[in-house]
Amino acid sequence: MRFSGLRVLREGLTGNKGWTPHWRDPEPKAEYDAIIIGGGGHGLSTAYYLAKNHGMTNIAVLEKGYLGGGNVGRNTTIVRANYGLEGNSQFYSHSLKLWEGLEQDLNYNAMMSQRGVLMLCHSDGQRDAFARRGNMMAAQGDDAELLNVDQVRHLLPYLDFDNTRFPIYGGLLHRRGGTARHDAVAWGYARGADQRGVDLIQQCEVTGIDIEQGVVMGVQTTRGPIRARKVGMVVAGRSSQVAAMAGMRLPVESHVLQAFVTEGIKPVIDHVISFGMGHFYISQSDKGGLVFGGDLDFYASYAARGNIPMMEHVMEAGMTLMPMIGKAKVLRSWGGIMDMTPDGSPIIDKTQTEGLFLNCGWCYGGFKAVPASGDAFAHLIATGEPHEAAAAYRLDRFRSGYGLMDEEATGSQHNLH
Amino acid sequence: MRIECPICGERDRREFYYQGAAVMLARPGDAATEAEWQSYLHLRENPAGRTDELWQHEAGCRAWVVVTRDTTTHVIATVRLATDVAQTREATG
Repeated sequence: MRFSGLRVLREGLTGNKGWTPHWRDPEPKAEYDAIIIGGGGHGLSTAYYLAKNHGMTNIAVLEKGYLGGGNVGRNTTIVRANYGLEGNSQFYSHSLKLWEGLEQDLNYNAMMSQRGVLMLCHSDGQRDAFARRGNMMAAQGDDAELLNVDQVRHLLPYLDFDNTRFPIYGGLLHRRGGTARHDAVAWGYARGADQRGVDLIQQCEVTGIDIEQGVVMGVQTTRGPIRARKVGMVVAGRSSQVAAMAGMRLPVESHVLQAFVTEGIKPVIDHVISFGMGHFYISQSDKGGLVFGGDLDFYASYAARGNIPMMEHVMEAGMTLMPMIGKAKVLRSWGGIMDMTPDGSPIIDKTQTEGLFLNCGWCYGGFKAVPASGDAFAHLIATGEPHEAAAAYRLDRFRSGYGLMDEEATGSQHNLH
Repeated sequence: MRIECPICGERDRREFYYQGAAVMLARPGDAATEAEWQSYLHLRENPAGRTDELWQHEAGCRAWVVVTRDTTTHVIATVRLATDVAQTREATG
């Protein structure tokens, strides 16, 4: 089934009886060429690119719950490529380019909206840092515009510009950044992978990883054993549990990150606005809800819900930046389980077990990485060599201290990111 | 979340600073290998369930405490002074 405007029109006129399920619900086979553990955004995109770019179609994605039921459905849907650190910037640049062609590639409406991401600055030093970062982004072919306060005022007249503590000096505008419909990204990749023959197996929890003499042989699941000589682990907040099945301890601590959405209101916020000093960011969904979030709760958690102190902090930051949102009623809040690494950057690498690959540590930045993470992980699994855009995401950088990816320059230590 | 400080009594979570897994109490000795340092500094059990953590009552008595807590429910079982935990550990080897 292919989506098109004509098809929508025809279905609309004939009672919408012609739509078919977006993917099959296959029984697991006894053996595959490769198994991807985890049917979230990263796992599904990995499967899609394995099939599309590397011709590996005899593969399965194993998901313990339902497809896209984890962090890909529990984020704030922001897409951007405004990183400043060598190794990160190329990766997210690559990811944004994939985002830009994603809907055509998948034939799926992911509601990709390049509405612009504006990072605000509040001091001369921060403005200098943004100028440097903007130049770096421009130098590698991405877009960045340094705005003065009048230009920001023209775009966002409702901000509190003369705030005593954090007066607004300007901002760095990244016009190609924006938002995408998070669930649809997972569904689009799932459908694309399924169409190429990938088996998407839900309600199938991996309970063990079979390793013989240092070589992966397959996995044990709640739906029986499945053999495969290549296994990719891409399970975000549950990375430590799955890696433990392969005898590994990871440099990961799982934390909860909260986000919030208000009742739907008329269009008022056109961009994604990032208020770094308050660790607050906000955008408005196409449904009208104000979607916003802040920082981690800062203690290890698998609860998928946070506590009051961070809620209060986020609300206070929002009110500091844009008092106009004070009367919007908060509808829902949720938490995602973030696999935090010591330096705040991810891992896409081989493991000490032959045929076993690891993709984790996305911290609080996994959504925008979905296309490039899948592309790079598929490349690693298929060829055994790291993708050039993700070559910095090595597992051994913590042991050696070489090539640490400390984007925030706060140090490489648990609890600092 | 409220944490019962052994010195000050039950206090709001805001008064406490979270350091991380309580393995930080078991600092490797001078003769430790690179692998032991890697294990101490970076590698974590990261359990979904009960775990021992190091917190500091930063805005109170400033004592370091070991909080035994369930990471899936946020329920706290015990809070002990870190010095007591470390001394017990040394005594039992």
